[in-house]
Amino acid sequence: MVKAVLSVIGCDRVGIIAAVSSYFAKVNVNILDISQTTMDDIFTMVMLVDVGAATVGFSELAAYFKELGAEMGLQMQLQHVDIFNSMHKI
Amino acid sequence: MFISADEIAQTIRMIQKEHLDIRTVTMGISLLDCAADDINVKCQKIYDKITTRAGKLVKTACGIENEYGIPIVNKRISVTPIGLIANTDVDGCVKIAETLEKAANAVGVNFIGGFSALVHKGYTQSEKTLIESIPYALHATTKVCSSVNVGTTKAGINMDAVRDMGILIKKAAELSADTGGSDCARLVVFANAPEDNPFMAGAFHGVGEPECVINVGVSGPGVVKCAIETVKDYDFTVLAETIKKTAFKITRMGQLVAKEASERLGVPFGIVDLSLAPTPAVGDSVARILEGMGLEHCGGPGTTAALALLNDAVKKGGVMASSHVGGLSGAFIPVSEDEGMIEAVRNGALCIEKLEAMTCVCSVGLDMIVVPGSTDAATISAIIADEAAIGMVNTKTTAVRIIPAPNKNVGDTVEFGGLLGSGPVMAVRQYDCSRFINRGGRIPAPLFSLKN
Repeated sequence: MVKAVLSVIGCDRVGIIAAVSSYFAKVNVNILDISQTTMDDIFTMVMLVDVGAATVGFSELAAYFKELGAEMGLQMQLQHVDIFNSMHKI
Repeated sequence: MFISADEIAQTIRMIQKEHLDIRTVTMGISLLDCAADDINVKCQKIYDKITTRAGKLVKTACGIENEYGIPIVNKRISVTPIGLIANTDVDGCVKIAETLEKAANAVGVNFIGGFSALVHKGYTQSEKTLIESIPYALHATTKVCSSVNVGTTKAGINMDAVRDMGILIKKAAELSADTGGSDCARLVVFANAPEDNPFMAGAFHGVGEPECVINVGVSGPGVVKCAIETVKDYDFTVLAETIKKTAFKITRMGQLVAKEASERLGVPFGIVDLSLAPTPAVGDSVARILEGMGLEHCGGPGTTAALALLNDAVKKGGVMASSHVGGLSGAFIPVSEDEGMIEAVRNGALCIEKLEAMTCVCSVGLDMIVVPGSTDAATISAIIADEAAIGMVNTKTTAVRIIPAPNKNVGDTVEFGGLLGSGPVMAVRQYDCSRFINRGGRIPAPLFSLKN
């Protein structure tokens, strides 16, 4: 299992989760958890996924969401989970 | 969720809005096995060794950057002090510098450090020649960085080297007069130079280091500045705690990147350098942190105390976050590379003497200061001697990176571009010190009992 976090930051709108999850299904990425919050009036959604069995490489996944984010007027970023673990967990 | 959305948002905010980044992943490479009688053979061996060892450095670092979403601003190389293996004439030394530049270009790093000599107790013939060649070597290259260690707490200060460095810095400035003496930005004069520093221009791969090593320098003045804004009305205990916690988080990023880079490259992890390294970008300034603590201007009364607190809290927070800490570790105060420092100099709040006091309590020393081109070599040497004395007596690293910008005077600004920023010309006290500097010899090592 290779865990990664997809973060979506920006203004809330219809279809964010639909767009994201349909792509994940297409490339065989399992969604493990979803959470969302509003910080400083900015909508933030984070999705924990398993990219271990993905049919495409990590850099391709990351590039896809960067593009999708730009299209939807949101900031989307896929990052390996260890960056958050190392910063917030001892 | 294993980790809260707030925490994830905090990390992303630090990177995107508060300029959190990994300032450098630096590969240290030993060149001790590249010594050869023939200069061409030596240069070929150096080129081959660097390009073999560091061939995948940039690609690997970019991969980590992409996967973890944390910018790694610089990928660099440090090598064995060339003074140890040069054994050639001035032209030969310049040829070695050109070889280093060629190797740096081949592997895609933006700086290569180690055109250096450790002469705190005296010169070998090889080191003497290398030092003489520094202005020409810097002028013949754009990525090669040079450093000279002129003093240590155990050996005292080599005042012959201090005198010579004043002359050579002037020479380097003259050779690069058309760019404001910018070659001097790649030349550092140290006391107690660390052997594992990943930051330029002072990085070199010390003799106690392994064959090859990965050292990482973190950054994040913007993150600390934002954190202390949340504790505006609290006392110093809370302030220090806040900085410690923030430094911990910043350093964990460095540790993660260092560990990953080391594993992927198959090279041992050396150290994480716990540094707050500013950039000229607004929101990435150490001076603004000090002002955020409650000072009207960096350089005013209270600045040294504020910096002491900052430096100490950064170390305390960072030490627990990394398995091995080293390098320069502390807050950097390079004037031309810090937007707040630049403004403080322009406003007259910050002068060289105050900076000198600040270097007593923080990492490094008089860094990236631009002085009038008319400043004579003896005065530059005397500034170096003062700074080296602070390092020697206080058992800490100090350094001088000074640019006597040709034809520039107080009030002018020299643009270096990029991370080196722009330096306002600072006033130097005009009192003759040539008789002092020209004495030569060594200042004896200090006593460490009878402390007062």
